[in-house]
Amino acid sequence: MSFLSLTNIKKSFGPVQVVHDFNMVIEKGEFVSFLGPSGCGKTTILRMIAGFETPSGGSIVINGTDQGTLKPNQRNIGMVFQAYALFPNMNVHDNVAFGLKVAGASKADIDTRVKQMLGLIKLEHLADRFPYQLSGGQQQRVALARALAVKPQVLLLDEPLSALDAKIRISLREEIRQIQQQLGITTVFVTHDQEEALSVSDRIVVMNAGRADQIGTPFEIYNTPATRFVASFVGTLNIIEAKVVDPAAGSVTIGGRPVLLKEGIASHKGGDSISLALRPEAGSIADGSRGDTALPGEVVSTSFLGSVIRTRLRVGGDVISFDMFNNPGIVPPVAGENVTLRFAAKDLLVIRE
Amino acid sequence: MRKIWAWGALLFGILYFTLPLIGMTNFSLKMRRGEYSFDAYAKVFGDPRFQETFTYSVAQALFTIAFGVLLVVPTAYWVRLKLPRLRPYIEFITLLPLVIPAIVIVFGYIRLYNTSSWLPLTGSAFGTDILLMFGYATLALPYMYRAVDTGLRTIDVATLTEAAQSLGAGWATILARIILPNVLVAVLSGAFLTFAIVIGEFTMAALLNKPAFGPYMQLLGANRAYEPAALAVIAFGITWGCLGLIQLVSRFQKSAPPKA
Repeated sequence: MSFLSLTNIKKSFGPVQVVHDFNMVIEKGEFVSFLGPSGCGKTTILRMIAGFETPSGGSIVINGTDQGTLKPNQRNIGMVFQAYALFPNMNVHDNVAFGLKVAGASKADIDTRVKQMLGLIKLEHLADRFPYQLSGGQQQRVALARALAVKPQVLLLDEPLSALDAKIRISLREEIRQIQQQLGITTVFVTHDQEEALSVSDRIVVMNAGRADQIGTPFEIYNTPATRFVASFVGTLNIIEAKVVDPAAGSVTIGGRPVLLKEGIASHKGGDSISLALRPEAGSIADGSRGDTALPGEVVSTSFLGSVIRTRLRVGGDVISFDMFNNPGIVPPVAGENVTLRFAAKDLLVIRE
Repeated sequence: MRKIWAWGALLFGILYFTLPLIGMTNFSLKMRRGEYSFDAYAKVFGDPRFQETFTYSVAQALFTIAFGVLLVVPTAYWVRLKLPRLRPYIEFITLLPLVIPAIVIVFGYIRLYNTSSWLPLTGSAFGTDILLMFGYATLALPYMYRAVDTGLRTIDVATLTEAAQSLGAGWATILARIILPNVLVAVLSGAFLTFAIVIGEFTMAALLNKPAFGPYMQLLGANRAYEPAALAVIAFGITWGCLGLIQLVSRFQKSAPPKA
């Protein structure tokens, strides 16, 4: 049964509509990420769930209760903000205790709960510190504990990791996911970082210009992007232009060379131009046995990215990137070298615009 | 060479500001012929009118501060949170008391609230006390509003409000437990400036015929020689005491403003 349902949600700011008929059902205990570029409407949806923005249309129902008439302080929703938003005049203990005090909990209950929450984020020893005495990562963990202390029915995370440095970001996102699973709390996470979304989510909503382009598991989103936008936004993707030869058989040409797709493309007719997507990790120039399709190309450049080496290759009219795992014995190709790119035709995805 | 000029300018500045004060203090100590004494101060402190007027003005100042805080903090907060476009207009309104003389304000009060008006506040001592307090609050508005608004600028009002709301807090709780404590130093700055204004204000108190400290200072100045100088030194002491308290309170602030 759905726990949080968003039905035909719309939002306009003056003449500009920023969210168009958004529909989604989130199950209890699910971790859903809203992923998209700035201005795509993801934060607006989050703020509408929290009650900070009023939808121009549609309904938000949490656990069977329509939230339409409820003020933000009546919704029992925990929220963690990008800017931490810890109360500067209170120490860590009082910040975490704030929601419980507002709810009128007894001092003993407050102390027990605060201790429990600080234990959860492993910051019991910093209970007396003020926010300005904490690092960014510590502040965000306190903000998480504060949001969870009131036992909210939904936890909203508004780009909570954006202000942190790369290492802390990775460790904190894992910590957030672990705590979320431990407590089984329904969580909506807003981010523009695809790696973050892919690594922690049960499902991802890829937002584009106020609409959900695709909703799916990280695996689905990455491996079978529904639109060109999703394909280009999630991970690095090569877009290859091809010409349809036989739609029913899935036969196309790339740079004049015939390639047989894994399935037919009945929606197109012979002679049409179509866009195909290929992940950088799907291609190879070293492994002769890999893949059933071979295309000749010329190396444009090679970049060393640590664990992988990314090579850009000119194939026909397109420049294609592909990755190979780094190892000490590898000899990276050099610019101007003629090579053969091999990949499996089944890895080519037909992209909807 | 440049250092000499800098030191010279500093010395000139110090002398320019301190010489009159030193002269006045020196004069206030010369009541007893041929020797320094605190006779003038003893006379001032021993005068029952001093005690009466000073107590009255202190009480007025405290009520003015309380009223100013209750008026300005929620207003400045709401303007920052919900009506940022109105900020220039609100700022303009709060600056009006600087260009409209107190005498105009008090005559306006007398015309509006005289005994034949719909709200005859000038008809009773309590009514004029209230009018005077409103008048003082108006005179202090530019300083109080600016101080509070500057304080609010140092915190992320919108996010802190939303964080408190998501934790179940209503407007009163947010104002009392989040906003006010975080702008307390700014509020206290405004409060001490208000105190200094109320203690020295003459026009409003005189025209509303109230026993305030300002008219007492004027009266003393017109009739005595040494006591007015002693009183001026006392008034300076009060003002500097207020400024010192602002500094002291700033140091006692428990938290630092969040990073932008």
